[in-house]
Amino acid sequence: MTRLSRRTSLATLTACALALALPASAQPKAGEPLKIGFVYVSPIGDAGWTFQHDTGRKQMEAALGGRVTTKFIENVPEGTDAERVIRDLAATGHHLIFTTSFGYMNPTIKVAQAFPNTKFEHATGYKTSKNVGIYNARFYEGRYLAGIVAGKMSKTGIAGYVAAFPIPEVVMGINAFARGLRSVNPKAEVKVIWVSAWFDPGKESEAANTLISQNADVLTHHTDSTATMQTAEAKKVYAVAYHSDMSKYGPNAQLTAVTHHWGDYYTRVAQSVLDGKWQQDNVWGGIKDGMIKLAPFNKIVPADVQAMVKKAEAEIAAGKLSPFTGPMKDNTGKERLAAGKTITDAELSRMDYYVQGVVGKLPSSK
Amino acid sequence: MMRIRLEPRAEPSRFAGWLSPMVAAVAVVLIGLVLFSLMGRNPWHALYVFFIEPMNTLYDAGELVLKASPIMLCAVGLSIGYRANVWNIGAEGQLIMGAIAGGGVALAFHDSDSRWVLPAMFVVGAAGGMAWAAIPAFLRTRCNTNEILVSLMLVYVASLILSLLVHGAWRDPEGFNFPQSKMFAETALLPILVAGTRLNVGLFIALAAVAAGWLFMQRSLAGFQMRVAGLAPAAASYAGISSSRTVWIGMLAGGACAGLAGVGEVAGPIGQLLPVVSPGYGFAAIIVAFVGRLHPVGIFFASLLMSLLYLGGEAAQMHLALPSSVTGLFQGTLLLFLLATDVFIRFRLRIVRPPTAATAA
Repeated sequence: MTRLSRRTSLATLTACALALALPASAQPKAGEPLKIGFVYVSPIGDAGWTFQHDTGRKQMEAALGGRVTTKFIENVPEGTDAERVIRDLAATGHHLIFTTSFGYMNPTIKVAQAFPNTKFEHATGYKTSKNVGIYNARFYEGRYLAGIVAGKMSKTGIAGYVAAFPIPEVVMGINAFARGLRSVNPKAEVKVIWVSAWFDPGKESEAANTLISQNADVLTHHTDSTATMQTAEAKKVYAVAYHSDMSKYGPNAQLTAVTHHWGDYYTRVAQSVLDGKWQQDNVWGGIKDGMIKLAPFNKIVPADVQAMVKKAEAEIAAGKLSPFTGPMKDNTGKERLAAGKTITDAELSRMDYYVQGVVGKLPSSK
Repeated sequence: MMRIRLEPRAEPSRFAGWLSPMVAAVAVVLIGLVLFSLMGRNPWHALYVFFIEPMNTLYDAGELVLKASPIMLCAVGLSIGYRANVWNIGAEGQLIMGAIAGGGVALAFHDSDSRWVLPAMFVVGAAGGMAWAAIPAFLRTRCNTNEILVSLMLVYVASLILSLLVHGAWRDPEGFNFPQSKMFAETALLPILVAGTRLNVGLFIALAAVAAGWLFMQRSLAGFQMRVAGLAPAAASYAGISSSRTVWIGMLAGGACAGLAGVGEVAGPIGQLLPVVSPGYGFAAIIVAFVGRLHPVGIFFASLLMSLLYLGGEAAQMHLALPSSVTGLFQGTLLLFLLATDVFIRFRLRIVRPPTAATAA
């Protein structure tokens, strides 16, 4: 896209015109609270991806008191509608806008061009610009710990994984889980079922049932509902929850949960905008940054296992342990990391293979 | 005791035809006043936000029309079949196949500077939608399968095919394995109509479809035959109107329009192929077709109303902090009233008093 076409120049003109026409959105006035907008991909509900973002929003509001006001729009489909919602937030004087789903990436970038003085923060994407920062969490660190717990608690040595779509983020979670699992039980295996949906309780519980019938006695999921946990509870097997603590839905089943925490980050970003010190950044935080935590253990998890996990958690936080350190082979036997080598972020974000211990073939990998 | 009875009219009432939307509007305003008051919002302000706010600025008006276009296209196509009792429920799937076919052209000619890329996308996209609609048409005419079920189930097949492509063969090599195609080249994008909005020339395709739908249904012999087949199937077959021909025309018209709508989305505001290219326009079009009473002009207004409801729901979230479920409830109420009050076109209310005046009340 080097050629400056009529269309892009038109868009640039429009952007300038809009910027001029909307002086109210140029800079927040001193003394007025900073207006912050959030765009959510699903209803908030009481567990899951969006719920955790909303919890973060509330934490930030509480921390910054009257200096900020927030507004959220929930259930915004990715694609065409997102651009309008983001633009409306920017046009109504929201100077900091968090767009919390991958599919908001291109719309966020487009709107950001038209509102150069508004700061945008997009979760889980990879495109940035002058006023668009991106943030994400190293969910896989928590997955590794979950794998350790699962490996210690499983009797059959088979873990079941209900997954949404084979994108790198989900794949690295599966692989980290398998690495954790195998670190304590070298013969254990992970079976994966793809449900092709982020939120579909029917399909999720069907997948969980299938995994249980294939002898999996500990489940986990990378989907948004509580269905996997509820199925595990009903079928009397263990499960590790994702996104939120779901012990309410699986008081006996839930061993622990890999939970997301955005509140500190949101508070920090809002503070930097208030101070006029915001800078475009690419943040990928993990256990060390408090973005990923484990929920309290179920009391059936023995004390020595709990201690073991705590130790691994501390080592990850200290940078002494990585879920992906060689020697590491994929499940076809090909070496992916030589002994002693640790995976780079670039390699992680393109992960398109299963590590040893995961059963099956990754769909549509070329 | 007094009873209220619903009696069929000898012929549809023109007066009730005009009256019924008015009754629906009044009922919806009343319900809205109660609902928004219960939620602790100023009800008049809430109605303003819902129905006026989304049209306030040029940009907003552009959005309104932009969102109405694909619904309008799908609904016009569907109405042609519905008039002849051909129940195509799968416009959503035909839209997706249109997007795949048209998007495939855009990706195949990504480096082309030819001005024919865009027209070719629309032609191939319409063909894609028609091909998808041809499956239920063929099964219905040859095996007498139910086209409602087949066309509906094919929606899910179409969405899985799209998913397969964007996760696999058509995935953007620069996209970190994320499920999406490359962004289309400039030559494969619809030009913007009004600077400062996202409104593109796709609108003309929708308007042309409305006009063509009207001409076909009201002015052509085939359209007349479709209407006869819908109103009086027995008479139609007696008059020698081929029932399999009406099925084919009905299904293909729906498929072609939905396919065009699909291309309009990916070549318009989206600009690439994503795992989901439509937030249910094909299904919304079914409601719109009936709210518009299966008439192209009615559909034109009904699709604008539907679009307004979508945008009003967003505006209500943004300006009134109403949860999306409440806005959904309100939207559903409005559509329900619009459809329900249409009963008075064919029926009348009659208050029946018992002949003996045994009024013990």
